[in-house]
Amino acid sequence: MSTIEVPRAELLEVATEPQPTRRRRIKRKTVNTIIWFVVLLAITAVILYPLVWLAFSTFKPSSEFGQNPGLIPDNPTVDNYFKVIEGIGGTPLWRFFANSLFIAVMAVIGTLISSALAAYAFARIKFKGAGVLFAAMIGTLLLPFHVIIIPQYIIFNRLELIDTYWPLILPKFLATEAFFVFLIVQFIRNIPRDMDEAARIDGAGHVRIFFSIILPLIKPALITSAIFTFIWTWNDFLGPLLYVNSPEKYPLPIALRLYNDATSTSDYGATVAVSFLALLPILIFFIVFQRFLVDGVATQGLKG
Amino acid sequence: MGLPPGPGALFSQGPENHVSTQTQSIVTAEAESKSVRQAMRQVRRAEKGKVPTTEGKRAQNRRETVAGYGFLLPWMLGFLGLTVGPMIFSLYLAFTKYNLFTAPEWVGLDNFVRMFTEDPQFMQSVQITLVYVLVGTPIKLAAALAIAMLLNYRNKGSGFFRSSFYAPSLIGASVSVAIVWRAMFSTDGPVDSSLSLFGIELGGWVGNVDLVMPMMILLAVWQFGAPMVIFLAGLKQIPQELYEAAEVDGAGPMRKFRSVTIPMLSSVIFFNLLLETINAFQVFASAFIISNGSGGPAGMTNFYTVYLYKRGFADGQMGYAAAMAWVLVIVVAVIAFILFKTQKSWVHYAGENR
Repeated sequence: MSTIEVPRAELLEVATEPQPTRRRRIKRKTVNTIIWFVVLLAITAVILYPLVWLAFSTFKPSSEFGQNPGLIPDNPTVDNYFKVIEGIGGTPLWRFFANSLFIAVMAVIGTLISSALAAYAFARIKFKGAGVLFAAMIGTLLLPFHVIIIPQYIIFNRLELIDTYWPLILPKFLATEAFFVFLIVQFIRNIPRDMDEAARIDGAGHVRIFFSIILPLIKPALITSAIFTFIWTWNDFLGPLLYVNSPEKYPLPIALRLYNDATSTSDYGATVAVSFLALLPILIFFIVFQRFLVDGVATQGLKG
Repeated sequence: MGLPPGPGALFSQGPENHVSTQTQSIVTAEAESKSVRQAMRQVRRAEKGKVPTTEGKRAQNRRETVAGYGFLLPWMLGFLGLTVGPMIFSLYLAFTKYNLFTAPEWVGLDNFVRMFTEDPQFMQSVQITLVYVLVGTPIKLAAALAIAMLLNYRNKGSGFFRSSFYAPSLIGASVSVAIVWRAMFSTDGPVDSSLSLFGIELGGWVGNVDLVMPMMILLAVWQFGAPMVIFLAGLKQIPQELYEAAEVDGAGPMRKFRSVTIPMLSSVIFFNLLLETINAFQVFASAFIISNGSGGPAGMTNFYTVYLYKRGFADGQMGYAAAMAWVLVIVVAVIAFILFKTQKSWVHYAGENR
């Protein structure tokens, strides 16, 4: 925030000017920078307030909701956490976490394998129909998913896979998230072909080239895809709402609804505590991997 | 290899020199995969030189095709089995009455007729969804652009803000956030009590027919971070000289925004507009949680997808829900078509004539 941070070009430009003007300029620049910081800090406060409020509210006793809308609890307590750890309807809380974790990890594995394979085919192999199929894949990016959930439900119902995790995990192994295929295709296209060409002359086939040359080079794209898949699957509500019926198989978002329905009138504290705990892994993920996420969005134009 | 792909460069090793050896067919295939144009040039060259490459090439092509479809197999299975197949199936269902337990019964256009003539809930659902999309999306994009420009003013320190603003996009559709949002806007909740300080007594927004839509739009706008990050990347691509030139010509900030920023950013605006509009049509979890699955108060959160879910999965009217889904597909397709058609007149791609 001091004069040191003034951009170089500016310094060079003002260096030739008489002393008083330069000082005034630098001062104006500093003032602008301070205003810039204050405005952005104010926006940050407004935007992050709901999350901060959530974190603080988990320490409010249920009776305080509706009376104390502020941030700081009047009678801070950790009772909410003790209460929710027991779980709901005979299922302990850790079970919902474990279910969510299992689904999300399987989704990440499936998405990475299937998307990387498909992306390699689109980016590096020349075969009949590649153009049409690529266009079709891009088309599915814009397709509202509602048109396929009803028949998909009917199909999985026929296969008697309702109340299992198959309908949530199987599609990930079949690269149905076109976003990630597209993201990895773009990444592979930016890798110079020199190395795979050299490998081909040495007699390596596509399988060898994929595993020993391309796969190690696309790690950043794979990490971005993995993080997004994890977060989206962790947050997914409609999928488990349709396919998972038994409470002991519920992932967090559906379990959260249980808290919300069953206890919202009497025990708001518990609902808020579980909401916060459900968000926590994602927030931690975000803080650790924010660079991958934000840069991934910036370069690939990914949705939120 | 790895030579610059200039016209003659690939042929410095010339097909004529290594006639129909294994190496040559690989070289030929390589040249092909460089780009379509080069491949065509190669073919033409090979024909002219009467090089007997056709056999080896055909075998090579076949191998490439096998490899291509091999790598694509998982995606193809998903594409055919979980996307194209279900789409055709749901198109059929749209013309039937089907409740999952008895066989679908063909009813022709009945579902569509019922939708537009005798289902006031459907019409209301369309109406509120359109309000949400047509009001919410422009506000969200305007906020995204404004704050992207603010961030672009200075490089140092903007990374922290960029990440903070992006976070809501990542969690905005989650159940947790819907629960928080409902608490924030409830009677005597944080929003209500803050507004009371300024003498504005609105009460709770959640149960209020007039305020629940603004509340939903605020939730959408809160997630401005994803388009903002894309705008910011676009802003960084605009050459600084353009602004300097505009300044020399005496342009003020507004003029620079209108004549430099907007045209240079138009392809990014187009991209964001397309994606955000289509996404907005598909809002589900937050509306579902905030209204406890009811779509209330008075149907004001009965968004298209919530209503589709209720009809299809709660009432077991899968034929009707399939018809609704296809109406949505057609609407989204028309919007995408219109956006793509009009982009010629307002979207400027770098490298074109200014």
